Amino acid sequence: MSTNDAVIDFKQMPDAKGHFGQFGGRFVSETLIHALDELAEMYEELKDRPDFREEFDRDLAHYVGRPSPLYFAERLTQKVGGARIYLKREDLNHTGAHKVNNTIGQALLAKHSGKKRVIAETGAGQHGVASATVAARLGLECVVYMGAEDVKRQALNVYRMKLLGATVIPVESGSKTLKDAMNEAMRDWVTNVDDTFYIIGTAAGPHPYPQLVRDFQCVIGREARAQCLEQTGRLPDALVACVGGGSNAIGLFHPFLNDSSVAMYGVEAGGHGVETGRHAAPLSDGIPGILHGNRTYLMEDENGQIIETHSVSAGLDYPGVGPEHSWLKDMGRVSYVPINDDEAMNGFRSLTRVEGIMPALESSHAIAYAEKLAAASDKDDIIIVNLSGRGDKDILTVAEIDGIKV
Amino acid sequence: MNRITSTLNALRAEGRKALVTYIVNGDPTPQTTLDTLHAMVANGADIIELGVPFSDPMAEGPTIQRGHERALEHGVSLKDTFDVVAQFRETNQSTPIVLMGYANPVERMGYKAFAERAAQAGVDGLLTVDLPPEELGDLDAELRAANIENILLIAPTTAKERIAHITASASGFIYYVSLKGVTGAGHLDIDSVAEKVAAIRETTDLPVMVGFGIKDGQTAKAVSAVADGAVVGSALVSLMSDVSSNEIASKVGQKVAEIRQGLDK
Ligand SMILES: Cc1ncc(COP(=O)(O)O)c(C=O)c1O
Repeated sequence: MSTNDAVIDFKQMPDAKGHFGQFGGRFVSETLIHALDELAEMYEELKDRPDFREEFDRDLAHYVGRPSPLYFAERLTQKVGGARIYLKREDLNHTGAHKVNNTIGQALLAKHSGKKRVIAETGAGQHGVASATVAARLGLECVVYMGAEDVKRQALNVYRMKLLGATVIPVESGSKTLKDAMNEAMRDWVTNVDDTFYIIGTAAGPHPYPQLVRDFQCVIGREARAQCLEQTGRLPDALVACVGGGSNAIGLFHPFLNDSSVAMYGVEAGGHGVETGRHAAPLSDGIPGILHGNRTYLMEDENGQIIETHSVSAGLDYPGVGPEHSWLKDMGRVSYVPINDDEAMNGFRSLTRVEGIMPALESSHAIAYAEKLAAASDKDDIIIVNLSGRGDKDILTVAEIDGIKV
Repeated sequence: MNRITSTLNALRAEGRKALVTYIVNGDPTPQTTLDTLHAMVANGADIIELGVPFSDPMAEGPTIQRGHERALEHGVSLKDTFDVVAQFRETNQSTPIVLMGYANPVERMGYKAFAERAAQAGVDGLLTVDLPPEELGDLDAELRAANIENILLIAPTTAKERIAHITASASGFIYYVSLKGVTGAGHLDIDSVAEKVAAIRETTDLPVMVGFGIKDGQTAKAVSAVADGAVVGSALVSLMSDVSSNEIASKVGQKVAEIRQGLDK
């Protein structure tokens, strides 16, 4: 562990301008600065107000179904034969993933802003579904941008969004995946900034998004910390979460950052293997740069062009990562590790067969790493894995890998 | 004196408006750009904005996005852009060139290396869409040291106090984004442009160029009536996809001449 622990209060970030050390910030067109200022101001004013917090907590309890359980995966623990593995069950949330914690929070902000139209970008479709869900509940118009490739890969979620009343716009530019959907959502926002609220789906983008998405997702870590103390009488030794943009990971990690005995592992998509270059692991194999409104680790070529990413899981298929993770990596507080497509598939099968829980392919990366970590740890150690979502949306992908036509 | 300032001073003295023309370097092929630059100047462009291709051009509408994609298909980068400017300077010492693009390619090269190489190639200004003044860091000082103007944007949504803050750190000229939207959008409102340009003028003597919704001589004339000049981009880039590459320079030149005529009417 780094020697900085004693002096750094990890929870005091970002600074007033949204910087986490050299990372984060606000790298956007001038047209958006005013809207971001307004949003930051509104959030500052609301975030500690008791009525706002109560409304958020009430929605999480009665609409999302929180708290989500912390489940001791006894059979998985036995199978691995090492540390005790606990699962934070975000898969049991309404709409099937952690994404809804954030969309509930941002929907409340949209409501306070008085804007009647919301937009979102989505990769796997989970954030799109979670956005369409809260928009339906509040009677807001909802437009979701989704890369044309992902529209094909995630047909089921596209239809779910349509059933919820959202308009899904396939994005044909660039690599036709999540990063291009985000570009297009930014273009919509710049055009309709007066009446549109942009619900960003992960702890990335320009300030104040990385901060507010993190704060909304921190309910995961706060609950897990209390549940672990209650069930085991002590703090866990390690936390494991997958990292796409980084929202489920920062939500679990952040409430533990000042607990220096707790090790943390962010699991990136290793795709075909980091050494092949065909992956989506900017923290393992990228360099700092500027994309989508913030400075962060990116996958890019020697000319600063963003390169295409590869992952079996659409939700991790992104060339950047939230700026706070870049900072935590450089501080040495969190370790970032890759898990390949094959290993993630093994994690998926393992949890499905041993525990009867089918994880999302994103979360399967975390499961696979936790198995490795547990095997190398003491039997008395406790590991908490963020089970960020359920695997229903991925059944067709898994069937295809197995060569089966459903 | 930097070429941008001398050019704009001369136009002001003559009571003329500036025509700023934009294409993407390497669009549609690396072979067409140099001739097209010369053709634009021959047909009345006063300042050239040369787009640096980027994989994620967030501020662009579909027309200029395609331009970036066509250039990237040929692997055109920032380094190639310096080469083209250097070639242009072999025969043209007077027309200012502003590089327009996104922060990441500049960040990747390094601010110091960028400023030095740009100056060496004969670049006069830099306009980076996603670098507001708060995030300039060391770039500002490096550009100054290399005598390269740092062109900043002001938008319809920029608040009054912020306008003064931006003009205080800008140089060369102010680029006023005429509408809320992406490049090539079609909902220009001249009255609101006039109002905002007047607010900018209260804070600075720098010339104000208006860009984003200007598609022909008529709109160019309308905006430059209330400012110091107009920037035309999508109307030129849209020609890149439908003419064969040996006609690009002449077609773009023709279009520039048409717009110049409208502007000077
Ligand atoms: C279930 C699940 N987990 C994780 C992610 C990755 O996002 P993040 O890193 O923001 O948690 C996604 C994104 O779609 C997801 O659907």
